[in-house]
Amino acid sequence: MKPAPFDYYAPATMGEVLALLREHGDAAKLLAGGQSLVPMLNMRLARPGVLIDLNRVAGLTGIRQEGDTLVIGAMTRHAEVERSELVARLQPLLTEAIAQVGHIQIRNRGTIGGSLVHADPSAELPAVLAALGGSVRVAGPAGVREVAAEDLFLMFFTTSLQPDEVLTEVRLPVLPARTGWAFEEVARRHGDFAIVGVAVTLTVADQRATKADDLVITGCRIALTGVGMTPVRAAAAEALLVGRPPSQAMLAEAAAAFRAEIEPDTDIHATADFRRHLAGVLTERALGRALQRAAERGGGR
Amino acid sequence: MSVDVRERRGEGAEAARSRGALIGQSPRRLEDARLLTGRGLFVDDVQRPDMLHAAVVRSPHAHARIQGIDVSAALALPGVVAVYTAADLGHLNGPFSVLIPHDDLQHGRGLSALAVEKVRHVGEAVALVVASDRYIAEDAADMVAVEYEPLPAAVGLEAAVAPDAPLVHDGVPSNVAGHYVRNVGDYEAVRRQAHLILKERFRVDRGAASPMETRGVVAIPEGRGLTMYVSTQAPVALRAWLAAWFDLPEMELRLIAPDVGGGFGPKVMMMYPEEVLVPFAAMRLKRPVKWIEDRREHFVATTHEREQVHDVEVVVGADGTLLGLKTNFLYDSGAYSPYGIQIPIISATTLPGPYRLRNYSVEFRAVYTNTPTVAVYRGAGRPHGVFVMERMMDRIAEALGLAPMEVRRRNFIQPDQFPWDTGLIYQDWAPCKYDSGDYPALADRLERMLVGVADEVAQARAAGRLVGVGMGFYVEGAGPGPYEGVRVRVEPSGKVQVATGVGTQGQSHFTTLAQVVAGELGVALDQVHVVTGDTAAMGWGIGTFASRAAVLVGNAAYLAAQAVAEKARTVAAALLECTPSEVELRGGRAWVGGPAGAGEPAGAGGSAPAGARETVRSLPLGEVARRANPLRGTLAFGEPGLEATKFFSPQQSTFPSGAHAAVVEVDRGTGFAKVLRYFVVHDCGTMINPMVVEGQIHGGVAQGLGGALLEKLVFDEEGQLLTTTFADYLLPLATDIPAIETDHITTTSPLNPLGIKGAGEAGVIPCHAVVAAALEDALREWQVRISEMPINPCRIWELMQR
Amino acid sequence: MKVTVAVNGTYYTREVEPRLLLSDFLRHELGLTGTHVGCEHGVCGACTVLVDGQAVRSCLTFAVQMDGAAVTTVEGLTPAEGELHPLQEAFREAHGLQCGFCTAGFLMTLVPYLAEHPNPSEAEIREALSGNICRCTGYQNIVKAVQLAAAKGGGR
Repeated sequence: MKPAPFDYYAPATMGEVLALLREHGDAAKLLAGGQSLVPMLNMRLARPGVLIDLNRVAGLTGIRQEGDTLVIGAMTRHAEVERSELVARLQPLLTEAIAQVGHIQIRNRGTIGGSLVHADPSAELPAVLAALGGSVRVAGPAGVREVAAEDLFLMFFTTSLQPDEVLTEVRLPVLPARTGWAFEEVARRHGDFAIVGVAVTLTVADQRATKADDLVITGCRIALTGVGMTPVRAAAAEALLVGRPPSQAMLAEAAAAFRAEIEPDTDIHATADFRRHLAGVLTERALGRALQRAAERGGGR
Repeated sequence: MSVDVRERRGEGAEAARSRGALIGQSPRRLEDARLLTGRGLFVDDVQRPDMLHAAVVRSPHAHARIQGIDVSAALALPGVVAVYTAADLGHLNGPFSVLIPHDDLQHGRGLSALAVEKVRHVGEAVALVVASDRYIAEDAADMVAVEYEPLPAAVGLEAAVAPDAPLVHDGVPSNVAGHYVRNVGDYEAVRRQAHLILKERFRVDRGAASPMETRGVVAIPEGRGLTMYVSTQAPVALRAWLAAWFDLPEMELRLIAPDVGGGFGPKVMMMYPEEVLVPFAAMRLKRPVKWIEDRREHFVATTHEREQVHDVEVVVGADGTLLGLKTNFLYDSGAYSPYGIQIPIISATTLPGPYRLRNYSVEFRAVYTNTPTVAVYRGAGRPHGVFVMERMMDRIAEALGLAPMEVRRRNFIQPDQFPWDTGLIYQDWAPCKYDSGDYPALADRLERMLVGVADEVAQARAAGRLVGVGMGFYVEGAGPGPYEGVRVRVEPSGKVQVATGVGTQGQSHFTTLAQVVAGELGVALDQVHVVTGDTAAMGWGIGTFASRAAVLVGNAAYLAAQAVAEKARTVAAALLECTPSEVELRGGRAWVGGPAGAGEPAGAGGSAPAGARETVRSLPLGEVARRANPLRGTLAFGEPGLEATKFFSPQQSTFPSGAHAAVVEVDRGTGFAKVLRYFVVHDCGTMINPMVVEGQIHGGVAQGLGGALLEKLVFDEEGQLLTTTFADYLLPLATDIPAIETDHITTTSPLNPLGIKGAGEAGVIPCHAVVAAALEDALREWQVRISEMPINPCRIWELMQR
Repeated sequence: MKVTVAVNGTYYTREVEPRLLLSDFLRHELGLTGTHVGCEHGVCGACTVLVDGQAVRSCLTFAVQMDGAAVTTVEGLTPAEGELHPLQEAFREAHGLQCGFCTAGFLMTLVPYLAEHPNPSEAEIREALSGNICRCTGYQNIVKAVQLAAAKGGGR
C-alpha cells in the first residue's frame, strides 16, 4: 500500500498555488491535512500526477470574528477548532460536532477546509455548514468568490469548486441569542464516519404575552449527514416547527416529517430503512437537546 | 529423550508450586523493556543493505480462468529485478500437501504458490514482482497484465452446495471437501421418548483474526544457505516443510520467528505461498528479499475463519435433562483445505460442553467456496459449538420456564465424574475425554459475581432502559500434542539459556518459561534468557496455537530444568564434598548446609582452588557449569556442562473450562448495543503467571465481543470482499470493551506434571453465546430470537420491528 | 527532494522521493524501527509519532512534508539505554502490552494527552485511546497503565 509516484510542490503563497493549478489542471490534487486523501493515495484509489501541498501556504490558518461571522482559515486543524474558546463561544455547534471527527491523531492533522471539500456524505462538518447556513470563500483565477453551503455540495465527494479553485476560509454565522444547538450522530464505533448524524439549531422567543411560561420557535435549522449524496436540509421539518410552541410531540412530528423526505442508501452497515429511522430518532434527540439549551440561554426571559 | 508422563502423573500443581516458588506469581515481564522502547525485532525491522522487496500480483476475481500473463511491461520498469509466475517455479509451485489429512476428508486440496490455470478466490497469488523497493514493486505489480476469463463463483454456504453451483475444484462434486458423521449413544431412540423437542438453525458468519502486524517473510542468502525471518506461529515446522520442499539440508535453512505482532491462528499455516515465493526469489537472485503483507492484502491473502450454519435439534426430559442433541452443519472451507476438517471437528467435539450429553448425533459437510481459505482463528471452531449448545440451553430454559442457570446445573457433569469421556475422538486423534473440572463451582462463582447485577438490571429496566443479562459455559480441548521440547543450559556466567522451538506472539513466554526454570534452578528470574522460534537454537517443535504453549513447553521446561538441577546438584556435591541431596540451589548458587547468616561466605567467588573446598559452603551455579565442562582432563559428570533437553508429549488434550456472563444494553431508539459489564470465571488448571492469564482472557473477550457485535467479513455475490480496510472491518476499540471482571478456580490437570490446562483461547469461546443471550434478555418485550452472529445495530433494530 | 528533519533531537538530511511515507522514512531511511505500521490507511494508530509535539499518524504524512519539523518517535521517549519513561514503566507494571506491536503508537498518543489531561477518568482515557487499536490486551491493562501513570504525575 504505497502511493503511485507524483510530483510534489509546497508553495508558500496562494498565488503560487493558483499558478500551479493553472499549469497542471486536472492532474493536480491539493493536499491539506491528508487524512482522507493519503489513505486513497496509499491504496492507489487516487493517482494524481501532481500533489500541491497547502501546508506551507501563508494566510490559510486562524480563527477570528468578523461582526456576526466566525471565520476559520481553511487549513486550520480540527484540533485547533476543537480547543478554540472563540469557537465554543460563538458557534458551539461546531465545537460539539468537530469532537466527533475521527480521533485525536486525525484531528491534529486534518483541516476544516479539507473536510469540507472532501465532501464525504457521512462526514460531520458538511452537515454543520449546511445547518448553520454558512459559506466558504474560494480563491480562483478570477479572484475570490463566496459559495453558500447549499451551493457547495453537489454529490458524493464532489463540490462545486472548479479544478483551478482553492477553498480559503469557512464562514459561519455566530449563534444568535436564545438559540440552542445539538449535534447527534451514531457510528459503529467511536470516531467512525457517522451512519447518520444531525446538526440542529433552534431559536425560541418569549410568548408570555399570549400564554404564560410558554415559548415559541422562531427559527430552526436541521441538516443531516449519512442520508443522501450531500448533507440534507430538513426543510419540511423546519417549516413545521417555526412559529409554534415547542413540545416533545411537536419534535417527534417534525422528525417524522423529515423521515418521509429522505432517500438514503443501503450499505453493509445500515439499510435505507434503518437510516431513515435513525434520521428520525436523532433529529428528535437533537431537537430536544437544542430546545433545552435554547431555554437555558434565556429563551424564556 | 521423551518422558513417560505416567510416572509423574498426580504430582500436580501443589508439589510443583512448592518447588518452583515462582510458579503462580506475576512478576513484571522480561520482554517488556525491549518492546516498550522500540527495540523489538519484528520481521519488517530486518534490514540488509542489498535487500530487494517483493509484491504479489493478486487475482481481482473470485473465480476465473487465467488466459495469459504478460510480465514484459513490469520487467521493463527501472528498479524491477524479476517477475515470477507459476511456470518459473516449476515443481516448486505445488500444490502443497494437505497438512492434516483425515479419512472423512474425501477431497482435500492444498494451496499452490501461484495460481495455475485458474484463480479460486479474490486475492489469490498470481505472480511475484521483485524490485529495489516496495514502492517500485507495487508499481510493477500494477503493470503485470493478466488476462482472465471470469467464471461464475460459488459464494455462500447454502449456494455452494446447491445442485447447480459452480465448482471450485474440478472433480469435487457439490463442492464438498469432506463429510463427517458421528453418533454417540442412540439419538433416534431417545428422540422417540422425548418430552420436548426443540429445533433451530444457527449461523456464525466470517471473521478475521487481524493481528496488528500483518504477515511477512524475509529470506537472506548467507554462507551456503539461507536465513529466513517469518512472522509465523510455527517456525520449526515451517523450516522442516520448506527445507524438504527446496531439497535443502536443514542446516542450510535457518528460520527465525522474531518478535511476532500477534498471531491468533492465521500465522500458523505452514507454507503460505509467500513463504515459498520469497526464499525462491532470494535463492534465484542471490540477494536478500523481503515481502511484507499490506493490510488490504492481509484481508484476502491470510486465512479467515468462522462461517458455519447448524441445523440443531435437542431432546429434553420433563425436568430439563438434555437427553440428546443432533446437529447437521455446513462449514465453509474457502477455496482450499490445508487443515482438512480440523475446525469442524473441533466444533463437533466442543459442542457437548460441560453437560452430560449421552446421545449425540453430529454430521457436517466441509464446503469449498470461491473465497479466501479458511483456517484457524483463536477458538478455531469452539465458539461455534458453544454458540449452538448454549443457545439451546437457553431455549430449554425458556420452554420449561426454568432459570437459564438452573437448566445448566441440572445437566452439568459432576466433579466426581472425571475423567469424562464424551465418546468422541478429538482433533488430536485422541479420545475427547475431559481430564478435570468443576462446573458447578464455576456456576457458583459466576453467581457470586452476579450478586447485585439482577438489581441493577431491574432498576435500569424500571427506568425504561433495555438491559439484559446472558451467560454461557464452555469446555475447550486445549494443549494438544504431539510434543514440544525445551533445552535448558547453564552458562559459565551463571545465565541460564532456555530454548524452545515454538514461536511467540505476545504470550509472555520470555517470562513464564523463565519462571518455571528459575524456580527449579534457584536463580533470579532475570538471569534466565528464553530463546523462542529460532531453528538454530532449537530444531524440534510444532508451534504456538491451540492454547498449547504453556501446557507443552511449560512442562518440557519444567522437566528440562529438573534434569539440569539434578546434574547441578551432582556436580556441586562432588565439588563441595557432600551428597547431591544435601545440595540446595538458591540465589544463583549451589549451597551445602545452608548459608552462614545472610552474608556471602568467604571464598565462594568464581574459581576457588581445590584446596579451599572445606571453607567453601557454596558455589556460583556458573562455576558448577564451568567445572562440568573443563578445558583439560576428562569429563567427570557424563555429558559436558549443565544442560538438558526434554520433550513433553501428552497422551491427549487437556480440557479447561469457564463461565461468562454479560450485561448488555440496547438503545431503544437506535438499536445500538453496548456491553456494560462482562464477567469471566475461568479454570485453566495451574497458572504459571496469573497476570499473563488474565491478559490472555481480556484479549480473548475483546476479540469475542468484536466477533459478536462488530466484526464481519462481507462478500458480494460475485465473491468480492467488501471489507478490506479497518474502516470497514471493525475491530473493537477501547470505547467498545468494558472492564472485564475475572475470577478463577483451579482444577489441575492430571495429564502433565505442572497441572496446566492452557489459557490462550478461553476468553473468546463463549462470547457469541453470551452476547446473544443478553441481547434477547434486553429485548424480551419483543421476544426476539437471536440465532445469528455477528449482529449489528441495523439487524437488532429490524428484530425490534416485529 | 531534500528534506531536513529533527528526529528525537538529531537533525537528518536526506534525499527522498515525494511519495515516501513518513513511517517508511523513519523505519527504513533512519532505521528507527520502533514505529510500527499496522494498516497504512490511518485507522490502527500503530504508526503514531509526534510532529512538533502533536500525535500524528506517520502513515498519512509524507516525509517531504516534514522539512523543518521536529519528530519524536518511541526511541526518543527513553532518557537513556536501560531506562524507561514513566509511561513505559506504567505499561510494564500494569501488563499493558502483550505482543508489543501496537505499543509505540499508544505511547506516542498518550504522552501529549497526559500532558494536557493529567487526571483523566476511565471514560476519557478510553476515548483518548480510541484511535489506537490493540488486538491483544482488550485495552483493560492499557487503561490501567494510563491510570497508574497519571497517578504518578501525568506520565511526564
